[in-house]
Amino acid sequence: MTKRGKSVLFVSMLLTLTIALGGCAGDKEAKGSSEIAQSQTAAAADAQGSSSENESAAQEAQDVTDSHITIGIPQDLDSLVPSLSQGAGTQEILFNIYEGLIKPDSEGNLVPAVASDYTMSEDGLNYTFTLREGIKFHNGNPVTVADVKYSIDTCAGLNGGEPVISAFSNVESVETPDDKTIVITLKESSSSFLAILGTVEAAIVPADAADLQTNPVGTGPYRFVSRSLQENVVLQRFDEYWGEPAHIQDITLKVLADADSIVMNLEGGAVDMVARVSTTQAAELSDNFEVIEGTMNLVQAVYLNNKVAPFDNEKVRQALCYAVNKQEILDFVSDGKGTPVGSSMFPAFGKYYIDELNDTYTTDLEKAKALLAEAGYADGFSFTMKVPSNYQQHVDTAQVVAEQFKQIGVTANIELIEWETWLSDVYQGRDFEATLVGVDASTLTAGAMLSRFRSDAHNNFMNFNNADYDAAYANALAAEAASDDEKATEYYKECETILAEAAANVYIQDMCELVAVRKGYAGYTFYPLYIQDLSKLYITE
Amino acid sequence: MKYALKKFAAMLVTILCISFLVYLAFDLIPGDAALAALGTDVEPERLAAMREEMGLNRPFLERYFDWLVSFVRGDFGTSYKYHLPVAELIVSKLPVTVIMALISFAIMTVVSLPVGIYTAKHSGGRIDRGITVINQVMMSVPHFFMGILITYVFGMVFKLFTPGGFVSYETDFAGFLAYIIFPCIAIALPKIAMSVKLLRGSCMGEAKKDYVRTAYSKGNDTNKVLYRHVLKNAMIPVITLWGMMLADMLVGSIVIEQVFNIPGIGRILLTSISYRDYPVVEAIIVLIAFVVVVTNFCVDLIYGLIDPRINVGAE
Repeated sequence: MTKRGKSVLFVSMLLTLTIALGGCAGDKEAKGSSEIAQSQTAAAADAQGSSSENESAAQEAQDVTDSHITIGIPQDLDSLVPSLSQGAGTQEILFNIYEGLIKPDSEGNLVPAVASDYTMSEDGLNYTFTLREGIKFHNGNPVTVADVKYSIDTCAGLNGGEPVISAFSNVESVETPDDKTIVITLKESSSSFLAILGTVEAAIVPADAADLQTNPVGTGPYRFVSRSLQENVVLQRFDEYWGEPAHIQDITLKVLADADSIVMNLEGGAVDMVARVSTTQAAELSDNFEVIEGTMNLVQAVYLNNKVAPFDNEKVRQALCYAVNKQEILDFVSDGKGTPVGSSMFPAFGKYYIDELNDTYTTDLEKAKALLAEAGYADGFSFTMKVPSNYQQHVDTAQVVAEQFKQIGVTANIELIEWETWLSDVYQGRDFEATLVGVDASTLTAGAMLSRFRSDAHNNFMNFNNADYDAAYANALAAEAASDDEKATEYYKECETILAEAAANVYIQDMCELVAVRKGYAGYTFYPLYIQDLSKLYITE
Repeated sequence: MKYALKKFAAMLVTILCISFLVYLAFDLIPGDAALAALGTDVEPERLAAMREEMGLNRPFLERYFDWLVSFVRGDFGTSYKYHLPVAELIVSKLPVTVIMALISFAIMTVVSLPVGIYTAKHSGGRIDRGITVINQVMMSVPHFFMGILITYVFGMVFKLFTPGGFVSYETDFAGFLAYIIFPCIAIALPKIAMSVKLLRGSCMGEAKKDYVRTAYSKGNDTNKVLYRHVLKNAMIPVITLWGMMLADMLVGSIVIEQVFNIPGIGRILLTSISYRDYPVVEAIIVLIAFVVVVTNFCVDLIYGLIDPRINVGAE
């Protein structure tokens, strides 16, 4: 080809490319972004989705040991050492690799794991665990009481250094009288000790593990294979698992860069499942996917700084509660999905949850205005509501709430902030007027939700200060120490009621959680805690 | 030699300034590395211990100099988020970003050179006018949007690749290239437009000069004049532009990595910023600054080779 010919070829190639792209650009402007997203979905659905569905079904028929699923996760894992892991998004995955002496089941009950059973002394100070017989680590070595002692000692800071789990500073000693018994002695009895012992942070790891960071070894249903930062984590079924074995053999957890790419990744076939998709994303998905609905297990509310004016006035806080219409929020933000709540407690807590508190304030604009007038704000007021920008559901909710406040003459200026800024300014610095977030619980003990409202609690970022509340909470703790669970529950319920009646915050809902799963896969199980149990997933047919 | 030394010194000062500014920025923006690492469940004692461990309680300048000294010694520190050495973290991701930048650069030079020359030669023609229009469009489309368009056209419509289906270069190099070519096109397209425009303008500017008339009068034909005389001079501004673009492509890939879900340096940088993981951020920014400065330095040297009039050696 001559020089001239070559350059003509280049030009024509470039032209074709540009015209194709140019056409799209025009199209896009005309259609608007939401529509183009849908047409993308439709286009991909035509060929891609159905074929891979058949593929996986065929694979299953061929050979069960060859099963595989790729799951999209919204952020990379931080530390692979359980006691050092911090993010909820990390721990919910590590749950599949590591186990503690006990662990939560899908109902939230604590069941034996590395220990086969346990007893508690009457004074609540001594816990005796029996090591599960024949239990093995992923590296093939049997779990010994020395491994258990090492793991608990590390968490409690008894190997030297600070306690990694601060609640474990309560651990007096860990003893191993024989080769299958572990006795943990506490300094003072604690109702939440078992629950914390069941978290992934308190997992049992080998005492002689060289470097868990690059080569995690646990006892869970899946073992670690490899990891590429910001790219993926690969797991494989542990065939010597003591419990019910996992169904799918290979799991790839793929880190998805941003929320906008979730639908494209699913429809394009790059991932098969994503937990916690938004209602908008769920609506964009083709029928190659099933969207399973659960709850997020948190309390979404406009958390008010009870120390700053005008929120130091109970009447103002109540007025805001009367102004809010929860059902309208659910309808706008999540197609009506979600569970309205009226206090700092959500349904998964079972006996502690009081459904009736949800009716403490039914939307009544006149009453709201009257309360405002009584408080001396007849003309309303304006305040700043800080919302973490990375949680789209909170941002959407904030916009609806702000409109509702407007009806009683109150202007809420929404300020979007980064999550890390929220942590340091709002949570730590308590420098805010109001913030819209969800508060969750690390364990299913009542204290996980309620202890923060004590006037002197370090994490009472709302600066809630109520003598009755402090008294009720102290009573609950006293009842617990006396092992009177019924009485303790009663006091905890009193705490909840106080929060609702004093309008500590403008409570909204326990948000719905949507999980998108490609058809052909099933078995996704919701936990009342932040846990993704991958062992329960299976391939249909 | 003296020139090179002077340039080198300026280079070091630039990098030093940048590293200081990044450190300062982290000190000024809200957000606490210890808190970001520990989250909301943390007890105050543990938070205080973590701050102490990270050295956040010491005065700002002391922290900076400590960091600087160990950095110069080659100790880049440990990532707060991953608890892994920063050097290891960067080395594992660097090839992805570098290969992307190099491929983009190659696409840009290979396409823009012939197109630029062609449009200069046939300026005013129908194709030239068409390309000028296209160029305008390309230059005004931002990287990330080009990325989204390419994903849509080649990923969703023509199905030439799986959107988000990045394959690591370690596991499957061919698959890696097949995926990465699309983000590279997204990075290269706007740059092609710019360099075509510059090359065309530059050629036409040179063509009006006296030496061209002389060359013609000596009996050379258009091609000979163009390739032997005009192009050599017309390339000088283009090479400057390319030098800057190579650095720009490294930065551009940060954005494109997000669009195409590619785990490279850019992704690490973005997540580290939001996690306040500044040992990692510092190292990456210094690295990028280093590349930019070095490329500029090299461009200066290449000048001398192309055009002896710019004699950088004997100042």
